[in-house]
Amino acid sequence: MSSVTLTNIRKNYGELAAVDNVSLEIREGELLALLGPSGCGKTTTLRMIAGFVAPTAGTIRFGDREVTTVPVHKRNVGMVFQGYALFPHLSVAKNIEFGLRVRSMDKERKAKRVAEMLRWVQLDSMADRSPRALSGGQQQRVALARAMAIEPDVLLLDEPFSALDAKLRAQLRKEIRDLQQDAGITSVFVTHDQEEAMAIADRIGVMNQGKLEQVGSAHDLYKRPASRFVAGFIGKCNLVEGRVTGEGRFETSNGRALRFSGTRALGPAALCFRPEHASLGEQVSPQANSLPVTIRSVTSLGPLTEFECVTDNGEILLVTAASGDVGLTPAAGKKLSLNWLLDESFVVE
Amino acid sequence: MPRFSPGRYAFSLLVALIFVFLLGPLLVIIWASFFADKILVFPPSGYTLNWFVRAWGMDEFADGFLLSLQVAAFATVISLALGVPAALAIERFSFPGRETIRQCLLSPMYVPAIVAGAAVYIYYIQVEILSGFQLASTFTGLVLAHSLIALPWTMRLVCASLVTANTTSEEAARSLGANAIQTFFLVTLPIIRPGIIASAMFSFIASFSDLEKSLFLIGPGKTTLPIAIVNYLEWSLDPTISAVATVQIFIIGAGLLISDRFVKLGKAF
Repeated sequence: MSSVTLTNIRKNYGELAAVDNVSLEIREGELLALLGPSGCGKTTTLRMIAGFVAPTAGTIRFGDREVTTVPVHKRNVGMVFQGYALFPHLSVAKNIEFGLRVRSMDKERKAKRVAEMLRWVQLDSMADRSPRALSGGQQQRVALARAMAIEPDVLLLDEPFSALDAKLRAQLRKEIRDLQQDAGITSVFVTHDQEEAMAIADRIGVMNQGKLEQVGSAHDLYKRPASRFVAGFIGKCNLVEGRVTGEGRFETSNGRALRFSGTRALGPAALCFRPEHASLGEQVSPQANSLPVTIRSVTSLGPLTEFECVTDNGEILLVTAASGDVGLTPAAGKKLSLNWLLDESFVVE
Repeated sequence: MPRFSPGRYAFSLLVALIFVFLLGPLLVIIWASFFADKILVFPPSGYTLNWFVRAWGMDEFADGFLLSLQVAAFATVISLALGVPAALAIERFSFPGRETIRQCLLSPMYVPAIVAGAAVYIYYIQVEILSGFQLASTFTGLVLAHSLIALPWTMRLVCASLVTANTTSEEAARSLGANAIQTFFLVTLPIIRPGIIASAMFSFIASFSDLEKSLFLIGPGKTTLPIAIVNYLEWSLDPTISAVATVQIFIIGAGLLISDRFVKLGKAF
């Protein structure tokens, strides 16, 4: 069990920086998610930790051990691949045994360890089955058992849930989380699904175009996003363009004065707030930020209702409210005041 | 919707007719090899196994059979020895000219057999003129030409096998601690083994049934089975030839059935 430290990691493919100066420490025993859209560099980063891709620059450490130039098969990582990559010509038990076989462990110890792993993922009865005969969820458990059988320093998972339907995903991600915590193993998993990352990761590293934008718990990222990208990627976010004019003071691009909490350097920026922290009312609320808006459309999302509004500056803002609270639904075309609390306002560049 | 609508019935009938058309000649040949009459008449007056005995007793058929067998065996070995590493290199590595090489290795399949036969013969003569080394009319020359026909089959089948094997299994093996050699023997090879076996079968069949190249390259006094059959047909049409053909049909049929068990042949294309 070790921590994983990436220092100034870079990966260039010709002119393109697939991973651009990423530094990150994954703490011992933690489950960290690398989250971002396709092409952001998260999979490349994971593959560099695994050793399939050599970084163009930077170092990787497992605990105190530097592994930047160590080849894959000597790194002692356990990896679960997208699609699981179980060996089709071997039974479940033999799949799990594979890593032990190449380490020349004696027969008894191997058998013991395999039995232990089967029990751990609750597939004792499937030991002699062929991977083809298993369901997606079962295959994933075998892949996990196989990776963990070798007692790796780090567990890596490459979009482990993408091949499954929504219901199974929710169930399996909890299972993986429980197993990971039970083993206490340092783990990194890659996903493009924000909900997944927020549901099970201890911390999330948000990546965009090769850069690591922010690392933090789901709560931190949601409440205090460091950049416009993170604000928009984690949940929905309203952005009002303008500039910071003083301590906690913001002026929109058409001159309206707003306030926010926190400190920010003077200059151009965007004021953000989440749709669920906003409300629509007849009047301007003095304790809160307000903007006059016209409702453009109303969408029912089941338990929530979403209002799409336009400011007098042409900016689109969203307000979501619990459908139960809405009462007499304001109709499209109505002019109202969009209010939100100062505490829920933050500024990004 | 009724279970047997007219359209569906007509379609089934069409399929049945096609099968009759395809299999008919084969079935007639096999049946005819047991006819008792010296001339092929229908209906036959009786049945016998004499023709098989007679065929085996005739030198050209017995020798032809043995030579075809030997050449096919050698051609298969060469086809595998060259084709399997080639397929591995092409599917697992990238290097300049890769696709060109792939097409070159597959190309013997695209050339009409008689054209290829003539071309190889001319090539051998040229080689002999330039170096004094004789290949035409030799066993070696014949084996090399047959390997040429067999090689594309190995390439096709092993490449198809490698594609389905996919690199992720190999990466998984490496992540678990296997080095390159262990990965090859423990993961890649077992996965492509069905493809290799099918390649062996197909190479054998391709070589055994070849007529055109053998016609050009066979030495004086020697013959392969297909050539012997063609020669015999020029003068006689008795059930001996049906017997010989039946033997060939069964050998090749068995080869195909065994191959199909290892590799779903439909996937190779």
